[in-house]
Amino acid sequence: MFPAPTSTVETVDSVMLYIVAISVILLLGITVTMIYFVFKYNRKKGHEPQDIHGSILLETIWIAVPTVLVLSMFYFGYEGFKEMRMDSKDAFVIQVKAKMWAWDFRYDNGKNLDTLYVPVGRPIKLELQSLDVNHSLYIPAFRIKQDVIAGGKINTLFFTPELVGSYDIACAEFCGLNHSMMYTKVVVLSKDDFASWYEAKKDSSEVQNAGIVQ
Amino acid sequence: MANGAAAVAEKTFYEEGTSSRKGILGWLLSTDHKRIGLLYLGAVGSFFIVGVILGILMRLELIAPGKTIMEPQTYNAVFTLHGVIMIFLFIIPGIPAVFGNFFLPLQLGAKDVAFPRLNLLSWYIYIIGAILVLISLVLPGGPLDTGWTFYIPYSVRTGANVSLAIFAAFVLGFSSILTGLNFITTVHRMRAPGMGFFKMPLFVWATYATAWIQVIATPIIGITILLVILERVFGVGIFDPALGGDPILYQHLFWIYSHPAVYIMILPAMGVVSEIIPTFARRTIFGYKAIAISSLAIAFVGYLVWAHHMFVSGLSDTSAMIFSLLTFIVALPSGVKIFNWVATMYKGSIDPKPPFIWVMVFIFLFSIGGLTGLVLGSLATDVHLHDTYFVVAHFHYVMFGGTGTIFFAALFYWYPKMFGKMYSIKWANIAAALFFVAFNALYFPKFIMGYMGMPRRYYDYLPEFADLQLISTIGSWLMGITMIIIFWNLIHALLKGPKSKENPWGGVTLEWHTSSPPPLENFHVIPTVTHEPYDFSQLKEMKNYESD
Repeated sequence: MFPAPTSTVETVDSVMLYIVAISVILLLGITVTMIYFVFKYNRKKGHEPQDIHGSILLETIWIAVPTVLVLSMFYFGYEGFKEMRMDSKDAFVIQVKAKMWAWDFRYDNGKNLDTLYVPVGRPIKLELQSLDVNHSLYIPAFRIKQDVIAGGKINTLFFTPELVGSYDIACAEFCGLNHSMMYTKVVVLSKDDFASWYEAKKDSSEVQNAGIVQ
Repeated sequence: MANGAAAVAEKTFYEEGTSSRKGILGWLLSTDHKRIGLLYLGAVGSFFIVGVILGILMRLELIAPGKTIMEPQTYNAVFTLHGVIMIFLFIIPGIPAVFGNFFLPLQLGAKDVAFPRLNLLSWYIYIIGAILVLISLVLPGGPLDTGWTFYIPYSVRTGANVSLAIFAAFVLGFSSILTGLNFITTVHRMRAPGMGFFKMPLFVWATYATAWIQVIATPIIGITILLVILERVFGVGIFDPALGGDPILYQHLFWIYSHPAVYIMILPAMGVVSEIIPTFARRTIFGYKAIAISSLAIAFVGYLVWAHHMFVSGLSDTSAMIFSLLTFIVALPSGVKIFNWVATMYKGSIDPKPPFIWVMVFIFLFSIGGLTGLVLGSLATDVHLHDTYFVVAHFHYVMFGGTGTIFFAALFYWYPKMFGKMYSIKWANIAAALFFVAFNALYFPKFIMGYMGMPRRYYDYLPEFADLQLISTIGSWLMGITMIIIFWNLIHALLKGPKSKENPWGGVTLEWHTSSPPPLENFHVIPTVTHEPYDFSQLKEMKNYESD
């Protein structure tokens, strides 16, 4: 597998693969059986139709087997979700404020900008708040999102970036006119780069570029 | 049993109405369930065409990144209207109000529904609701731009005309509730002698289960809408945080109705499938009780899964876990239905005429819709896919590929019964094949875009999505052509088509025991039911069936 930007990516992709694999088998099974029956029992062949009213055994099988399958899907989905929701005591906390149609990231030392900078390898916790209507912070490359709700409610989003780089942040909850333009970036910096960026009084364009170009 | 041969000289319901008035008033004041069904068909069909045109305009805007034909504000209004019209004016009333009205009494062996006047009133309420939607478009403030979900606080802050538009949804709700009430009473009180609950056709079962959801769930959206209006007009803080309200409460109340509402949309379609497959396989349905009870199970468990629309809204992790589990459980009865349908083809004598072909298309598309629902029910994947094109693709496969496909299947199945005319079989088959290609071109790319991270309700998009967006737009043109072929075929048949046989498919449920089109009170003699609903041995005794 390719190295993934966070460990969540592999988890989500493998749950996806598991469900899709079972689904494709079921879909093909249903479709092929149906088409086979239409040819095999075609009226042109002149079979006498047989009234078969049902079968307790078959009903039991096609309730029991799917039950086991969906419960396994539920289980893997829930395990993956727990992993995403894992809070960490030494998480690096960043306050996020969303408004129509921009993002604002605020760090403990007062740094405040519209692009999210994070250090690689450290658990990150975003505390999300909206200043007007509902938004949703979505990082497709990390397979995570969390709604940003208007009012006092603070939602949290956790991730641990594992690859230096720059990734899209989108707004996923419809928020009006420029909803589709509410993009920004999350820039994952190496620990040293992040430390020097974090300590610098003004944003060093060098570091920013290092992050974006990767 | 009534027989077709004696019916030839009788007047059809087109020739004899419930009132002495002639012409258009004879229709607008008719309490005949069949005329009311056709009134709904006209209204619902017209709104469907409007919805399709709006959809094609949206796809045209999205053919390439950046502006193509409209401004973002227009686009936001167009996708909102597409949703509102398709959901509230087409797909919720669609099958129950059109085919339920027309065929529920016929299949039960009744003269009409239990409350014929209430039935006509329901149609008028529907029309009033629809007119209110149209008025809200032209009033100052401009058309609704909130999405069909009207999420607060955006719907409070927007300058668009929200109050009137949601009031229209409130009014439409009453049409739905009253129709449901009417159908429940009809099923309980109006069954022909000998027709026990487990001798009812499965379309009746499905419509019955749907009617309960309509009656129990719809008041919740009604109350929610009243609260929103109260808040907007009098400044009472309920949902709007600026007034001390809770926007998440709105989402809960909205989905407590709107999730069961998706079963209002799909259950009647499932009922139609259970009618069409036995007729064209000419054998009894496999697992009658399993299919009947699974409708009730879907109706019941369907109430308990609403918060799966809210997994990333800040729901507690425990709630998310419980709602995810329940969501997987509600998938099971739908699976039971699909397995029983396919089993009904086993050892049948299958004549794949257009209604059956459309059902095959349905089984494929609806299975994809259902299975991708599992992806969304699973928590880890839903967090990524929520509010992306994946969801858009999923519900179009379920709603359009499911209910929409069956709306056409039902039209092709019952058309000779409703109009006494026959359409072109060849063109109905061509339309089914084209529909299949167009549908997958239009919606399958959205699954891929969704997984790549394309959020929904976007006026503009990143360049990496351009190719798939283009394919989807081309699919929408093919879909437009398919719709023209379907409507042209059906309208042409109405005007110039050949007279249909009384019972062209060899159906045996009660609607096929009377003439086509049926007389005013459906049956010359109220039938006594001695057979199971799908007992094709009766076909030999039925004089109106000529085998070909």
